[in-house]
Amino acid sequence: MIWDLIIAPFADFGFMRRALLGCIAVSVGATPVGVFLMLRNMSLTGDAMAHAILPGAAIGYLASGLSLGAMTIGGLIAGMVVALASGFVARVTTLREDASLAAFYLISLALGVLIVSTRGSNVDLMHVLFGTVLALDNAALILLCSFASLSVFILAILFRPLVLECVDPHFLRSVSKLSAITHFGFLALVVMNLVGGFHALGTLMAVGIMILPAAAARFWANGIGALIAAAALIALLSSFTGLLLSFHYSLPSGPAIILVAGIVYGLSVIFGPVGGLVVQNLPRRHFES
Amino acid sequence: MTPALTFQNLTLGYDRYPAVHHLETSIVSGSLTAVVGPNGAGKSTLLKGVTGALVPLEGRIEISGVKAEDIAYLPQQSQIDRTFPMSVIDLVAMGLWREIGAFGQLNRKGRKLVDTALSAVGLTGFERRSIGSLSGGQMQRALFARLLLQDANLILLDEPFTAIDGKTMADLLDVIKGWNDEGRTVIAVLHDDATVRAHFPSTLMLARELVAHGATDTVLTSENQFRARQMCEACASTPHICGKDAS
Repeated sequence: MIWDLIIAPFADFGFMRRALLGCIAVSVGATPVGVFLMLRNMSLTGDAMAHAILPGAAIGYLASGLSLGAMTIGGLIAGMVVALASGFVARVTTLREDASLAAFYLISLALGVLIVSTRGSNVDLMHVLFGTVLALDNAALILLCSFASLSVFILAILFRPLVLECVDPHFLRSVSKLSAITHFGFLALVVMNLVGGFHALGTLMAVGIMILPAAAARFWANGIGALIAAAALIALLSSFTGLLLSFHYSLPSGPAIILVAGIVYGLSVIFGPVGGLVVQNLPRRHFES
Repeated sequence: MTPALTFQNLTLGYDRYPAVHHLETSIVSGSLTAVVGPNGAGKSTLLKGVTGALVPLEGRIEISGVKAEDIAYLPQQSQIDRTFPMSVIDLVAMGLWREIGAFGQLNRKGRKLVDTALSAVGLTGFERRSIGSLSGGQMQRALFARLLLQDANLILLDEPFTAIDGKTMADLLDVIKGWNDEGRTVIAVLHDDATVRAHFPSTLMLARELVAHGATDTVLTSENQFRARQMCEACASTPHICGKDAS
């Protein structure tokens, strides 16, 4: 019974195993980045970036069809251009980061919609928007795993400056020249994980696996390390459960995975031990002063 | 009497509006100087200029014997995100950045230095507390501990005692005195005349332009303070292109 429900789909079907591996890669790569986005009050930046990579992926698609390489490179270029341009404007002028990012991602999105609607009305383009986690081929899996590994590796290198850039950016600027490198390196990680994620979950759903587990983890852990671990665990659990649900009930897999993460988030808000609603309203003895 | 800082015809400002105007003076190395003046006199701007965060509109700041990394700066409102999950010890240990940098490890020697700094500011036992749980005064103590670890030769403090109680202020003044005894140059923006008279041998009074600079007794006079207020009110009127630039 349990075997049929949980193990058999993966044991019997290769595409489910591939989907699971793809989701594991996306979870491990994207969630630590999501935790930092959340801690920097930049949760919506992920969403903006996901829209920003659309024209790049669309141009890649129009140039060479549903080609993994072309769409990846297109998405990376579009995301990096938006990240660099908005970061540059925010650092050099008085316009705030959120406003300058909004400006550039909207331009990018409009360009994407323009390209898509004039040049192609192909159903395949739905793959870009909603992902193809149940049809990941070898090349796509290798790409996802490489992006995840690279992302974790770069994050490990940037970790301390990034924490400092979050907590006290002026101090970081006063003691080292790493501030700008850290900021843009981090934005590059966001773009990279979203581009990797859109192959599996689609451009819009890729943000979900980045942000939702991070937001949920805030109710389970205090330290930054524990937050990352909790977020990754929640992402893995959501991927696994979501894939099974989509298998048994014939649901689209990307939204199924993200909705499971959403349910975990909802439960965390209510029952999470760190500032969850229930704990907040329980009578608790405070510490002796 | 070698100068640590020399301001040469220094004008600093924002969007062409000068906040510090044609300042010409120097700060002696190893001195303990209070910067005083009315609101809007350019005190914080002067410190920002020294850190290099603000490029002079005119003139220059000459910093001798001190490299840029050798300047420690405590801003007026530190923009620390106190909701970030970080412990006091991690925040304070950042002061060792020059030693451990982005990748180094906090070894036993570093850990000892952190402990010493924490005990110097009276925060022993707070190591594992999150920075979000500290009071305003405790946070200021932690930031002083971080300054201690930065081991800088030139220390700039921008209104370090705002909203700080008497006990905390006394403890932190001891820390400042310690820096002075070790021969470091300390410049602090302050508003309380009594504190300046009691603890700071020299004073620089600003009202965008220099009002007076020298021994605290000779600078903190009621005439000077009156003059400073008048100068600040005068320069609030309609701006015009400064004629002094011509020379």
